[in-house]
Amino acid sequence: MKQLVRLFAAVFAAALGLMYWTSHLNSSQGYSGANTITIFNWGDYIDPDLIAEFEEETGLKVIYQTFDSNEAMMTKIEQGGTAYDIAIPSEYAISKLKEEGLLLPIDHSKVPNLDNIDERFLDLSFDPGNEYSIPYFWGTVGIIYNPTLLDGQSFESWDDLWNPELRNRILLVDGAREVIGFGLNSLGYSLNDTNEEHLQEAKRKLGTLTPNVKAIVGDEIKMLLAGEEAAVGVVWSGDAAEVMWENENLDYVIPQEGSNVWFDNMVIPTSARNLEGAHQFINFMLDPEIAARNAEYVGYSTPNAKALELLPEDISQDERFYPPPELTDKLEVYENLGKKMLSHYNELFLEFKMHRK
Amino acid sequence: MTRTRNLYLIPYAAWMLLFVATPIVLIVYNSFFDVEGHFTWGNFEKFLTPVYLRMTFNSFWYAFLITAFSLLVAYPTAYWLTRAKHKQLWLLLIIVPSWINLLLKTYAFIGLFGTYGFVNAVFEAVGIGTRQILFTDFSFVFVSVYIFIPFMILPIYNALEEINPSLLYAARDLGASPWMAFRRVVFPLTLEGVKAGCQAVFIPALSLFMITRLIAGNRVVTLGTAIEQHFLVTQDWGMGSAIAVLLIIVMAVIMLMTGTRGARNPVR
Amino acid sequence: MKMKNGKLANVYLVAVFVVLYAPIFYLMVYSFNSAGTMHGFESFTLEWYEEVFQDTRLLIIVLNTVVIALLSSAISTILGVIGALAIQRVRKLRQRNSLLAMNNVLIVSPDVIIGASFLIFFTMLGIQLGFTSVLLSHIAFSVPIVVLMVLPKLQEMSPTLIDAAKDLGASSWGVLTKVILPFLRPGIFAGFFMALTYSLDDFAVTFFVTGNGYTTLSVEIYSRARQGISPSINALSTLIFLFTITLVLGYYFLTRRTSRKPDWGVVQP
Repeated sequence: MKQLVRLFAAVFAAALGLMYWTSHLNSSQGYSGANTITIFNWGDYIDPDLIAEFEEETGLKVIYQTFDSNEAMMTKIEQGGTAYDIAIPSEYAISKLKEEGLLLPIDHSKVPNLDNIDERFLDLSFDPGNEYSIPYFWGTVGIIYNPTLLDGQSFESWDDLWNPELRNRILLVDGAREVIGFGLNSLGYSLNDTNEEHLQEAKRKLGTLTPNVKAIVGDEIKMLLAGEEAAVGVVWSGDAAEVMWENENLDYVIPQEGSNVWFDNMVIPTSARNLEGAHQFINFMLDPEIAARNAEYVGYSTPNAKALELLPEDISQDERFYPPPELTDKLEVYENLGKKMLSHYNELFLEFKMHRK
Repeated sequence: MTRTRNLYLIPYAAWMLLFVATPIVLIVYNSFFDVEGHFTWGNFEKFLTPVYLRMTFNSFWYAFLITAFSLLVAYPTAYWLTRAKHKQLWLLLIIVPSWINLLLKTYAFIGLFGTYGFVNAVFEAVGIGTRQILFTDFSFVFVSVYIFIPFMILPIYNALEEINPSLLYAARDLGASPWMAFRRVVFPLTLEGVKAGCQAVFIPALSLFMITRLIAGNRVVTLGTAIEQHFLVTQDWGMGSAIAVLLIIVMAVIMLMTGTRGARNPVR
Repeated sequence: MKMKNGKLANVYLVAVFVVLYAPIFYLMVYSFNSAGTMHGFESFTLEWYEEVFQDTRLLIIVLNTVVIALLSSAISTILGVIGALAIQRVRKLRQRNSLLAMNNVLIVSPDVIIGASFLIFFTMLGIQLGFTSVLLSHIAFSVPIVVLMVLPKLQEMSPTLIDAAKDLGASSWGVLTKVILPFLRPGIFAGFFMALTYSLDDFAVTFFVTGNGYTTLSVEIYSRARQGISPSINALSTLIFLFTITLVLGYYFLTRRTSRKPDWGVVQP
């Protein structure tokens, strides 16, 4: 009995001691009180030096939290037990959050740097007038491939993925919209198609791709491609940029039939506590010099026209990541297809995954 | 013994009601709603379509394979461990790896099993040549067995430890060969441990996820994966809950058939 | 049963241990890789260890994890012992079985379900996500495990022991603290250690119920793993691993020297 009492006393004492230490650390880091701003972003999606600079400039303390999918982020925001001052979701998530009334309008008078944004990226269908969202980064979906592992095969079209020589050599990103989307694109349909016949046709065509598919994976796709585990991958452009930075053998292409263009945007959830700080942060990130440095660090395409001018030419002139107008015309934004249709896409994707070679 | 009032029951029952019954009721409730929040039986009907039935079959088949291989590896390990010097220490060293984060170990396996990984380097050196190991059924079962093996070894080890040594001496004195003694005396006495171990492996193996993507590259889709996808990705909580309800029922049935004990795995 | 193992047995055991520790050593090796990736070893560096020691946020997260693990396993052990005593005292077989079934429901449910249902539940109650929600859910999934660890010990206990104590004039509190609890000690330890293991390792449940800047180690690892694992996480795991191994070995040899049978809770589930 004595031993038991001693054990539990020790455990509680240790826990209390550690809690005291934690709160001491927290306050020494300034992570308490009203002078903080909580940012909810994708992992490694901002240059950490910029956060430090922002803290210095404004005297605010940034709490940086990450999510790994739009869905996980939405779940947390919808739940309501959280207080995020800034979140950075993708466009379809924004229209959903907007529908549910979970976003606060952004006061444009407090964001003068908004003028720096290329007007191509403003006033888009998911948020007319940018009432609730400010562009952060944008990008495409395309094919990344490793010429050193392939004998001279090049990629121009989605159909090139069906080449029998690529047996067991393709990695796909684990996303229903992406995979069903390129299936539809390869048939010449829109990737927002809701026609059941077209969808079934795309599913059948994707079924014939399975012998070539080595795996359908998540974020580890970058690690696998950089390590030359597979020769070809279907990825987001930002991931491609990161992989190509690590392994120079690889190349990226946006297929000619068209593809998806996506936008990640800064929003202020209704649960925000530091509205002033949130606006300050948005404006800070839109500063040309800051945005350019961030774009160089993250590797995604910046919507900031003034920042683009500041970027070195080998980045800003790179047509793979800043595609020319004739190609951008073929790129489509994912529309919010509604919950029913989305769940149908997911069912089709599940069937594709279950399709055995 | 006089009948005392069961005062302990009050806090425990209150706790169970709050943190077990309520969440389960919420799950069952959720399973009757579609994505748009309308009442429906559709989720359960959808479960009866070929896709989900095949997924169920797959889950059971892989869970069976994982359990069988775990048992095959764990039994000799436990048996020889009980006869080793410092056996307590060795047993603890079997548990220690399970305290290292699962995701990290999984990433290590990706490195070990990769085309240019350690295992293939060894294969190359001994002349077998490079093979695809990652994203195969083999790697999936291997890593799963790796994860679950401590939970198979522990109960078998305990069962072996509880055997009275004099039983063995008696068997020997009566002229039984070591093999006979094992087959007739030791093994039957450890059956309870084997059962507990199989349960501790089979049930969590049914709902494995994460490594189905990381190690099997989504070439294996189990019920657990589907639940995770529905909750975290597609946000079809109704369907996810429906699968969960069916899974809980299946697990309850297994528990009833094989006894009442079992252990959830910390590492899924 | 003091019999020696043959050669084959030793080879087999060594092989099992090699496989068990292979991925861990792999992680440790790459924590010294200057290339900062998990493929292609460049040269030896201690850079990542420096990074770990300078990262206050990471330290806070590790402390959070330990605090949650200690508190949740201690509280759930207390609740679990009460639960086991409660179940033991229920005389009607059917009631007892249904209590046990209730107890096991959480054990057999996949983590995702538990996490999701707790998320719905906390939303309903209006509990802020963070320390409280994580602590409550860790206690919730640990209690049934403790019950399962303690109950068999309790059933082993002969009722005559209690009767004898009562005859000798012990109050029911005395019976509990002087007879029952000491007898249950191995089971209680086992339950505590199991709860600790589950709590330290849990990812899925915590992932659902955490928020507002509060994070535990496994959730942090998961979000960092998006980048194919940062080597500082490898370094941290190496440190944690070495710490636990030292603790385990130290405890083992310490208890051996005082010539008691080491009291591994974990040994008897």
